[in-house]
Amino acid sequence: MIELDNVAYSYGGGELLSDISLKLSPGSFHFLTGPSGAGKTTFLKLCYGALKPTAGQVRLFDTDVRTMSRDDVALSRRRVGVVHQDCQFLDHLSVAENVALPLTVAGQGTLSEQSNLKELMNWVGLQHRADALPPELSGGERQRAALARAVIMSPDVILADEPTGNIDWEMSQRLLQLLLELNRMGKTIMVATHDLNLIRTAKNQVQARVLRISNRRLQLAGAVL
Amino acid sequence: MSIISRFAGFFVGDAQADRTVPPSGFTANLTLFSAAAMAFLCVFALALSLATGRLAARWGDELARSSTVRISAPADQVDIQAQAALRVLETTPGVATARLLGAAEQRALLEPWFGPDLPLEGLPIPQLIEVTEDSSGYDAAGLRLRLSAEVPGAVLDDHTRWRKPLIRAASRLRMLGWLSIGLIGGALAAMITLAANAALAANAGVIAVLRLVGATDGYIAQAFVRRFTLRGLSGAAVGTALGMMAVFLLPSAQNTGGFLTGLGFRGMHWLYPLLIPALAGGVAFAATRAAARKTLKELP
Repeated sequence: MIELDNVAYSYGGGELLSDISLKLSPGSFHFLTGPSGAGKTTFLKLCYGALKPTAGQVRLFDTDVRTMSRDDVALSRRRVGVVHQDCQFLDHLSVAENVALPLTVAGQGTLSEQSNLKELMNWVGLQHRADALPPELSGGERQRAALARAVIMSPDVILADEPTGNIDWEMSQRLLQLLLELNRMGKTIMVATHDLNLIRTAKNQVQARVLRISNRRLQLAGAVL
Repeated sequence: MSIISRFAGFFVGDAQADRTVPPSGFTANLTLFSAAAMAFLCVFALALSLATGRLAARWGDELARSSTVRISAPADQVDIQAQAALRVLETTPGVATARLLGAAEQRALLEPWFGPDLPLEGLPIPQLIEVTEDSSGYDAAGLRLRLSAEVPGAVLDDHTRWRKPLIRAASRLRMLGWLSIGLIGGALAAMITLAANAALAANAGVIAVLRLVGATDGYIAQAFVRRFTLRGLSGAAVGTALGMMAVFLLPSAQNTGGFLTGLGFRGMHWLYPLLIPALAGGVAFAATRAAARKTLKELP
């Protein structure tokens, strides 16, 4: 689905990531960890085509991202759901409309999707907040709304960047349960986090692989935990 | 068919899609106002161009083909010299007709200056001969020479002396009118580009969210383009309507007036200003599209 082959990424100053190879297979659950500033967000951006590698090759659904046009990248977002730590919404639209936004921009905002939307809002526990505006939501509610928005197109892969960074432990667990449920439904999940408790909790319930970025390289860190 | 339906779809729009960009009351009104003001000015520039064009054409057409021979001679000689002049004119190549003006016609020409009651019979009024050229025209210098030899009291006035600078002035004025229309269009494009850039910058967050959820550049651009095109179109429609009304209400003095009071539209020319809103909409469409594409291309 997403393959990285000897990928390096450098900013003007120097190399941030180098020699990274990874293949995300369908249905896998990955954690990505490492000290802040190590390049977790950059790594995820490489995975969803927001950044192009400075060396090596990234393939999104068997297409080299370097050969993809801006529109190709946009269309690939319909197969890769992304959740950020500071999730952004369109503040003038209701939560329900924000969650349905991927459908709207894909031209699929039809009535038949409305029941799906309702179901999805129930699933993330925001049915009573459907008509609220995003600025009225708490941190945990925002994260769940962002997750709902990321999965409404039924993507194959969900990439979450520090989804629990701003919320308390109880809410983090709730979000984790949603991600685990998605994984059981066959979705490929990658969560960047430095919350080791979250990783331990997940490992009790799923075969999760833990990747660590250190010294610009990606290592398998499963044994450490 | 698909072009027409796409065109119609653009104006009907996708209500959902249109809502993705937050409404902006104040700047929207400024864009409307600019488009209206520009359209209003454009109506006058158009009226000026059309009126001076008409004027130049009239002077060119009517006067270029006619000239006058004036016979100033003692009263008993006038008729003889007039007949001699007519004979000369009839044998001049390039002259289509030569006609003596009757007493009544001459009086009508003088009436604006002397009033209707003046007894012209007692005055030594020169006799006028109206000369009409054919398409090839005649040799004015040669005709003058022949007339001076055979008809000492005849003076040929072929109108070119005062007509040419007037036509030149009218053409220049018309050119300035068209240049103004071009400048107005350019200024409108510049204003809409500035407004569109401001809107794109103000909505950078919205654009980032739309990109993240998989909106293509075309989709994002369309939300802005549609909005500014409709503003340009509707603002220009209001400005054009007001401008046309103002031109319509100009006091008319067509019979006696010069070109200033002739400023306005005649007949089919009233349809021309109706093109202004469509052109303004087109300018707004192109300007916003270019601005949106440029901005979006620079975003990650």
